[in-house]
Amino acid sequence: MSENSGTAVLDPPVDDRPAAAPVRRKRKRHKHNLAGYAFLTPWLIGLFAFTLIPMVYSLYLSLTKFNLLTAPQWIGIENYTRLFSDPRYLQSIKVTLLYVVTSVPLKLAAALLVAVALNRGLKALGFYRATFYLPSLLGASVAVSVMWRQIFSRDGLVNQFLGLFGVQGADWIGDPRFALWTLVLLSGWQFGTPMLIFLAGLKQLPQDLYEAAAIDGAGRFTVFFKITLPLLSPMVFFNLVLETINAFQTFTPAYVISNGLGGPIDSTLLYTLYLYLKGFGSMQMGYASAMAWVLFAVIGLFTAIYFWSARKWVNYAD
Amino acid sequence: MQTKKKQVHWRAHAVLIVVLVAMIYPMVWLVGASFKPENQIFSTMNPLPLAFTISNYITGWTATGNSFTLYLANSLTVSLCTVVANVAACSVAAYAFARLDFAFRRFWFALMLGTMMLPFQATLIPQYTIFYQLNWINTFLPLVVPYLLATDAFFIFLMVQFIRGIPRELDEAAELDGAGHVRVFFSVILPLLRPALLTTTILTFIWTFNDFLRQLVYLSDHSRYTAPLGLNAFVDRASGSSYGGMLAMSVVTLVPTVAVFIVSQRRLVEGVATTGIK
Repeated sequence: MSENSGTAVLDPPVDDRPAAAPVRRKRKRHKHNLAGYAFLTPWLIGLFAFTLIPMVYSLYLSLTKFNLLTAPQWIGIENYTRLFSDPRYLQSIKVTLLYVVTSVPLKLAAALLVAVALNRGLKALGFYRATFYLPSLLGASVAVSVMWRQIFSRDGLVNQFLGLFGVQGADWIGDPRFALWTLVLLSGWQFGTPMLIFLAGLKQLPQDLYEAAAIDGAGRFTVFFKITLPLLSPMVFFNLVLETINAFQTFTPAYVISNGLGGPIDSTLLYTLYLYLKGFGSMQMGYASAMAWVLFAVIGLFTAIYFWSARKWVNYAD
Repeated sequence: MQTKKKQVHWRAHAVLIVVLVAMIYPMVWLVGASFKPENQIFSTMNPLPLAFTISNYITGWTATGNSFTLYLANSLTVSLCTVVANVAACSVAAYAFARLDFAFRRFWFALMLGTMMLPFQATLIPQYTIFYQLNWINTFLPLVVPYLLATDAFFIFLMVQFIRGIPRELDEAAELDGAGHVRVFFSVILPLLRPALLTTTILTFIWTFNDFLRQLVYLSDHSRYTAPLGLNAFVDRASGSSYGGMLAMSVVTLVPTVAVFIVSQRRLVEGVATTGIK
């Protein structure tokens, strides 16, 4: 695992054999065609059976009316046109975008702050790391969502804490103005994974720059914004891409906190929850397939924007 | 200089501990509340129960039709089968990508990385209809079989990265001794791949055990319910009559994953730090 493995996912595979003369390599046959495809067979079957063929099938279903029990009925692009006149769908897009653009920066900021705080050769680093990481490992579970629902309930832990200061807290889960923010906080609570990645990145940073900055008398904030953050930008990029994709797919907490309905008044109707309700609640599988394809396109668009903008702010100097 | 540094550390520790306590407090409260009588659960912030009782566990255990013994057994079955399938399938594919030279290798590798970015919703509905045609609904097969075919590309990638770090001379020495690819895979690569296999095992177990949406979709028969579905049955009623039982069973469903985490946290933290994941 190389020092930059955090970003290696974005790079093409490295051929680690000693470089043969390029001209000869062109003519050379591949040495292990038989063995290679033999070892690859299970994955190839899975790729076609569970990914590629379902993708194509889903595209077809999105152009049909389909309730699972009777044969799909071709209706062209009607599902797609209906999507954008469906007020609940538009609401779910609004809720999801709000959730993504708030929860992802919150999570990454928390991860970065804690990682920088931890990266000073503190004692008990292992203990801190493990404890901060635990919530992101358990966060997707139903149990944690149940817990969250209780601590933000009208007489839950949060309001009791506010009560200590004489503040009367709201009914966070039951009030449509606040319910989504409890989900954003729950996501922020799970900053452990990006924190570990940042921490690994911080360990690789060249010390001489910091020594030079200290000699120049640079303050802590200057050092952070002029040295640490630019050097860490590939990791920020990597975490940004991953966490955005994850945020778009959030389902469990919205389902648990709203009793599977996306309420109150659709304020927690995250995209995947609405897709589930359409596909498996009212069995409109054609419609849900169209939703899945739009989601796929939106995630693709976000990722493309990230990669396009990366040229401007991601520092690949090393 | 020395004292100044110490002071800074002292401050850093103080801040970190406050953050840590705030983060962990809800979980401590959850465990404490699960041992409180129903009427004390929401009356105090103090996580320690004044009157200790295990009645929440006794009533909660069977409150949703079937017992949590069954739900936990189902969850363990699904999780362990998934782990075995995933470790076996991904290591085989990873060996091919990392060590073998075959036509279109780069193309397939890029495609594999692409599937890591694919939202699972994109294939949820068509996969469901396929499994429905196969009559696999309400069995564990839709949850396990995809892993037998290495559909979780993330772990292939993790292992490819690891295998690339294993010196090629070891394979070549074995090949000189007449070992074929199968021998090299089993007696050279697999033993050295152990750390990556362990990371895969731990993460697959925890993620599968906590997975909800797929289990919700595929398992509707109560006798097939897994622990998250059993817990969700409490939520669905939402009558508010038995918070104690619901909180107690939340703790129960967290125990297996927390236990695995405690045993493996060092390995896990290293694994995540060096590969970067969810």
